[in-house]
Amino acid sequence: MLRIFHILGSKIIRFIEEAGRIALLLFQTIKWTVRPPYAFRDIFRQMEQVGVNSMPVVLITATFTGMVLALQSYTGFRRFNAESLVGTVVALSMTRELGPVLTGLMVSGRVGAAMAAELGTMRVTEQIDALLTLATNPVKYLIVPRFIAAFIVLPILTAIADMIGIIGGYFIGVGLLGANPTVYIKKTKEYLELEDIYGGLLKAAIFGIIIALIGCYQCFYTKGGAEGVGIATTRAVVLSSMLILISNYFITAFLF
Amino acid sequence: MTELSESMIKVVDLYKSFGPKKVLQGADLEISKGESMVVLGGSGTGKSVLIKCIIGILRPDGGKVYVSGQEVTSLREWELNEVRKKFGMLFQGGALFDSLSVWENVGFGLKQHTRLSDKEIKERAVEKLKLVGLFNVENLRTSELSGGMMKRVSLARAICMEPEILLYDEPTTGLDPIMADVINELIIHLKKTLKVTSIAITHDMVSAYKIADKIAMLYKGKIIEVGTPDEIKSSKNEVVQQFIHGRAEGPITAESNKI
Repeated sequence: MLRIFHILGSKIIRFIEEAGRIALLLFQTIKWTVRPPYAFRDIFRQMEQVGVNSMPVVLITATFTGMVLALQSYTGFRRFNAESLVGTVVALSMTRELGPVLTGLMVSGRVGAAMAAELGTMRVTEQIDALLTLATNPVKYLIVPRFIAAFIVLPILTAIADMIGIIGGYFIGVGLLGANPTVYIKKTKEYLELEDIYGGLLKAAIFGIIIALIGCYQCFYTKGGAEGVGIATTRAVVLSSMLILISNYFITAFLF
Repeated sequence: MTELSESMIKVVDLYKSFGPKKVLQGADLEISKGESMVVLGGSGTGKSVLIKCIIGILRPDGGKVYVSGQEVTSLREWELNEVRKKFGMLFQGGALFDSLSVWENVGFGLKQHTRLSDKEIKERAVEKLKLVGLFNVENLRTSELSGGMMKRVSLARAICMEPEILLYDEPTTGLDPIMADVINELIIHLKKTLKVTSIAITHDMVSAYKIADKIAMLYKGKIIEVGTPDEIKSSKNEVVQQFIHGRAEGPITAESNKI
């Protein structure tokens, strides 16, 4: 019985400890983000890494998600003669939920893992200590550019994903299932509010913060060589994916 | 006060633990200006922890560190950064930034802390590389360097900001005897030309005798003996004798090394 309390207790303590460290890192990152000088070149390099290089993955994900959404909602709606609403469902689902969440998950798998692996290697080979000896703050030099890049790029990627998803849905709805193009587009526009799109983009920006923060956080506590880097990378992806899904629920609940 | 102004680095009663592992347990050490100090100790006895506490990468649990008279353990991060500019450090594995080229590595401090143009930084980097005996390597990637070259590039990076104090973390470990001696010669050469104060940690006795003005022995978290190389050679302390002659039998057992 006591053992159970012991295990449970130490797990809770570790959880709180970790949450506190992440919060501290977030605070420090924001502090160094606003403080000049600004390393624009590093930020652009990271934006290329996070944004441009993630495009293919995000495009493919969004296209097929839009397509399957149209297909699936058509199957359901046909049963009570509401086929005309397929466009509405695709547009709303993509902009509010699937666009930001899927983009977030794909980028966390691609970029969050890469950040954790790169910075984790820097940690175990003492490169981060070397930064300190050169009187350079590792948060400012390493984390801030990644943080800003993810914060800016994720909404852009999401906007593209929204658009591509809706186009994918249109092709299935109109091309394969034979919906009237004019009606499809009219219905898509009719129920879609600007608010839905903004909300989705705001979500994406928050996911960007989560991805960069967790990826960088894991690396700072990497221990023990190549194996440690592997563990940090896995943990970065798992943790940021979970946080994206959990925070997505709460943002939806409070925002919309 | 006069004593303080003469000493470049003074470590007083330093404690540091990692969880249940007590690494430093009241270490004292004093290094005068221009002196070259070698700290001996087995693997895992806390030599690296000691110099990382001196440069402020690690914060000690107790005790004081004075760098040219200024107490540094209680400083805030940005104040500590100013103190760190007095230091250059050579890491065991080089710790070169692998996303940057050789000259960008060497000129990193200049890039961060001065307004020099890239061209000027590169010129200075090439100059420092010459000082460590490397020519025409400035445009290489760090992955193209051999172990000995990496250490020398790292050394060039450490001296690029013209520090007053140089820290060497096992400068000769992992190098063949000839390359190790090249590094030793380099350390002596830098000491003469740059007039720096230095601390080297090592368990390579050949290197220690060659580069040291004074040798200190770290054992069980404390400095148990300090002296010139000759004094250390004729030390009556059994621990010191066992270590410098590398005997398996004596007061140091393999187990007590793992603190």
